[in-house]
Amino acid sequence: MKVVTVLLYKGTTDNLNVICGHYGSGKTNIAVNLALSQKANCPGSVVNIADLDIVNPYFRTADAADILKRAGVNAMIPLFANSNVDIPVMPDAMQTMFDPDKKDQFSFIDVGGDDGAVALGMYAERIKNCGYGMIYVVSMYRPLTADPKEAAELLREIEEVSHLKCTGMINNSSVGAETTAEDVLAAVEWAHTCAECCSLPLLCHSYYQSLLPELPEIFSAAGYGDEILLPMINVTKQIF
Amino acid sequence: MAKKVLMKGNEAIAEAAISVGCIHFFGYPITPQTEVAEYLAKRLPKVGGLCLQAESEVAAINMTLGAAAAGTRVMTSSSSPGISLKSEGISYIAGSDLPCLIVNVQRGGPGLGGIQPSQADYYQATRGVGHGDLRLIVLAPSSVQEMASLTAQALDLADIYRMPAMLLADGALGQMMEPVDFSAFPKRDVPEKTWATVGHNNARPHNIVNSLYIDPQVLEDSVKARYQRYAEVEKNEVQYEEFMTDDADIVLVAFGITARICKSAVTAARAAGIKAGLLRPITLWPFPKDAISAAADHAKALMSVEMSMGQMVDDVRLAVNGKKPVYFYGRTGGMIPSVEEVTKEICSLANAL
Repeated sequence: MKVVTVLLYKGTTDNLNVICGHYGSGKTNIAVNLALSQKANCPGSVVNIADLDIVNPYFRTADAADILKRAGVNAMIPLFANSNVDIPVMPDAMQTMFDPDKKDQFSFIDVGGDDGAVALGMYAERIKNCGYGMIYVVSMYRPLTADPKEAAELLREIEEVSHLKCTGMINNSSVGAETTAEDVLAAVEWAHTCAECCSLPLLCHSYYQSLLPELPEIFSAAGYGDEILLPMINVTKQIF
Repeated sequence: MAKKVLMKGNEAIAEAAISVGCIHFFGYPITPQTEVAEYLAKRLPKVGGLCLQAESEVAAINMTLGAAAAGTRVMTSSSSPGISLKSEGISYIAGSDLPCLIVNVQRGGPGLGGIQPSQADYYQATRGVGHGDLRLIVLAPSSVQEMASLTAQALDLADIYRMPAMLLADGALGQMMEPVDFSAFPKRDVPEKTWATVGHNNARPHNIVNSLYIDPQVLEDSVKARYQRYAEVEKNEVQYEEFMTDDADIVLVAFGITARICKSAVTAARAAGIKAGLLRPITLWPFPKDAISAAADHAKALMSVEMSMGQMVDDVRLAVNGKKPVYFYGRTGGMIPSVEEVTKEICSLANAL
């Protein structure tokens, strides 16, 4: 059984990582966790996270700004995020993410859901110039992408508007804070089918570590000892 | 659809509407409700329905009127400023005795206001959503599950009482995600729409859908007949939830997302030894005045908690009718009261009693 951190989830980490997917699939949680994990494992490296979510002004990376700052991760959020002129104007510092020579720098771009990936298109040439990994986040519990064929359709749409190609998939099948071990287990086979349908390598299954400390054993007992698990903290904004 | 799904509140509204046969939607985009239309735009063509983005909110509400007159289940949705634009059409729909669902995912106001959640359209929904003597059935969900179940209920109620129903949500409920179960909606018997303008083949007198009555006596008669139906709604359809009110000295009254916050605050106050409780109106019209009056018989004080400058508090005071003091706590403009600040309000009220 492998329970891994960002350094290991696919053997190596790209300097530039793009996180995209259907809205509500958990992109922000994944992006924040990958960035925090990278910084914890390589304290000497420069770790950046950019919030390119122009679609959802309610739940986004900008909400986790404090956690990221405390961990020493550079959060690049739209200059007017959470204000009444919330438009995708990114800070100048974002340009530093696209320097192909900075090999000790790791950047994570949290993209808006669905065609929110259109905002990514403007950076496509610079991203390609750097070399990149692009993770497609999927969840079996999100109705519009629960059918692997629909997940594949959305993937093509995202690739079309962003002018970039996804390189791997993370299965983040969760029903929020109420997620049980059974819910996570029930999505393993689905994730493999979905990855096949999308022609992407399935990198890992992510889950909330606070909710499921016993999950690795449950996976082994169910015969899924070879699956790779990515434990995450939940950074979703809590209202009540 | 899988048994267990994780959805945004806005998506839950859309899917619930489809599940009870509402496959016609007319709207215009506005944050924070746009996912309702976005979801329906993807789903309705696949189930033989129609999702139409009109040129404006005014056009959308009049298309809704037309579809309702043709006897189909129909809905429109918007957020605060967009509901203001729809108000003329809503009055026409009420005056034409047509059933439909109007969703308001509220944001801060007045004016363009902001895009963060608010409950400051309470007066509009329960008092002044359009000109003339009229009522809407107003349902206030407080979870993503209720965004779904109350959408289904609202469409039934609209058909049963032949009047528009409103789902009064807010941006937080629209955007937040929770698991939803679509299998458990209670079904109501809905009368056949014999009044619908669907063509008559000379087999019956033609139906007319209209809200214009030049003769004042005829208009008064039609309004009075409608008010008899409103009286039935008030008699039969009041819904509310009580949480730890049995022995409560302080009863909070809150709806929607604020009720979720108040529930946590009540639990925290109980832990601190204060007998607090919560009465949550689920129907804002008809308002649960009898339940609130009964709570006032045993409580020492009531406090209305709202995301506004204090609107529902007027209805709470009318229901309490001077029996006990009624206090108010609220945040507005898109600010959401925290569990801590509501708990603090309960504690200072307990000290003052």
